Amino acid sequence: MQFKDYYKIMGVARDATQDEIKRAYRQLARKYHPDVSKASDAEERFKEVGEAYEVLKDAEKRAAYDQLGANWKTGQDFRPPPDWNAGFEFSGADAQSGNAAEFSDFFSSLFGQGFARHAGHAAHQAQGEDRHAKILIALEDAYTGNTLTVTLQAPEVDATGHRVMRERKLNVTIPRGIRAGQHIRLTGQGGQAMGQGKPGDLYLEIEFRPHPFYRVEQRDVYLDLPVSPWEAALGATLKVPTPAGSVELKIPANSMSDGKLRLKGRGIPGGTPGDFYVILQIVLPPADSETAQAHYRNFAEQFKTFNPRAKLGV
Amino acid sequence: MDSEEMCQPLSGLIMEEQAALTLTEICRACAVHDERIIELVEEGVLTPIGRGRKSWRFTGNHVRRASVALRLQNDLGINLAGAALALQLLEEVEMLRAQLGAMDE
Repeated sequence: MQFKDYYKIMGVARDATQDEIKRAYRQLARKYHPDVSKASDAEERFKEVGEAYEVLKDAEKRAAYDQLGANWKTGQDFRPPPDWNAGFEFSGADAQSGNAAEFSDFFSSLFGQGFARHAGHAAHQAQGEDRHAKILIALEDAYTGNTLTVTLQAPEVDATGHRVMRERKLNVTIPRGIRAGQHIRLTGQGGQAMGQGKPGDLYLEIEFRPHPFYRVEQRDVYLDLPVSPWEAALGATLKVPTPAGSVELKIPANSMSDGKLRLKGRGIPGGTPGDFYVILQIVLPPADSETAQAHYRNFAEQFKTFNPRAKLGV
Repeated sequence: MDSEEMCQPLSGLIMEEQAALTLTEICRACAVHDERIIELVEEGVLTPIGRGRKSWRFTGNHVRRASVALRLQNDLGINLAGAALALQLLEEVEMLRAQLGAMDE
């Protein structure tokens, strides 16, 4: 398990006052809030900051954490010393922080069990809670509407009050035409109810796995298509991949690099299907042999008056 | 909870394309009591169709706006009006980013 330097995460000194810690937390929370920040690691940073604040804002937890010593570094292999928190009293009054289950192993190894007990207490409402999870799917799945096996990890509290990660597999039919950022609601697949109540629902947020050559913007899909200089100059009919299978595409003569061709309605399907855009990327054959260089020299000879920098005025 | 593999494929609806959720349904989707949703409507963050709470109908997009507004309030310690303003500004930024992206092409 890796040690976490909560002071470093919060960017405060070890002797920071509670006011300073609160100020640092507010600033970082605004900066990294997943609804605010577009950074890809925002959610991770936000959770990390939340975890650090959970410890440092609480005088008891902070004192217990401090006595681990100042010599630990983030990422260092860590094992809590036996009876590390002996002599510290925990009021554990933070029942409202329901996200305790998402904190790191490092956190739960230090403060875990007290939290686990709270989680148990909070769950006595009749209806099961709704759960949220993000799943990665292939772009192609949104075109066809495949059934996928999704593996989800959910933190749960076992009979002895320990926090455990439970894995479950679900077969989920992906609705055709779904887009990134949309949510699928699976009725009754959320948390179990206590007693007679209904189980909660499970909301799956869709994200596309990064594709080696397609880019997605809303309903539209983009492909950078490498073409040779003569294909671009003379025009050609080329085989082009799309998520729904390859198509024949006619490249007009005299095409330029970054030229954009639209295949209407071949983006993500749906009531209003998106479009598929092909962006031409002219690729030069390598001049890695005498013959190839001779061809380029000949080429230069033929296009003596061509100045690619005419627009720059030189 | 059962961890056994489900054999029958599950299918669900796309939230964002769903319409006509009742007040009770949107409360469940956001896991809050109805007063939290009612105050969002009163603040103008959500604009359901229908007059009067009983006939209010929300869309999947409302669920998304409501959950963002609720998360901003809970996580950043800001009040309702502040969350409403943040949400509005976030949407403006989003729109401007999209325009900027379109101009780049």
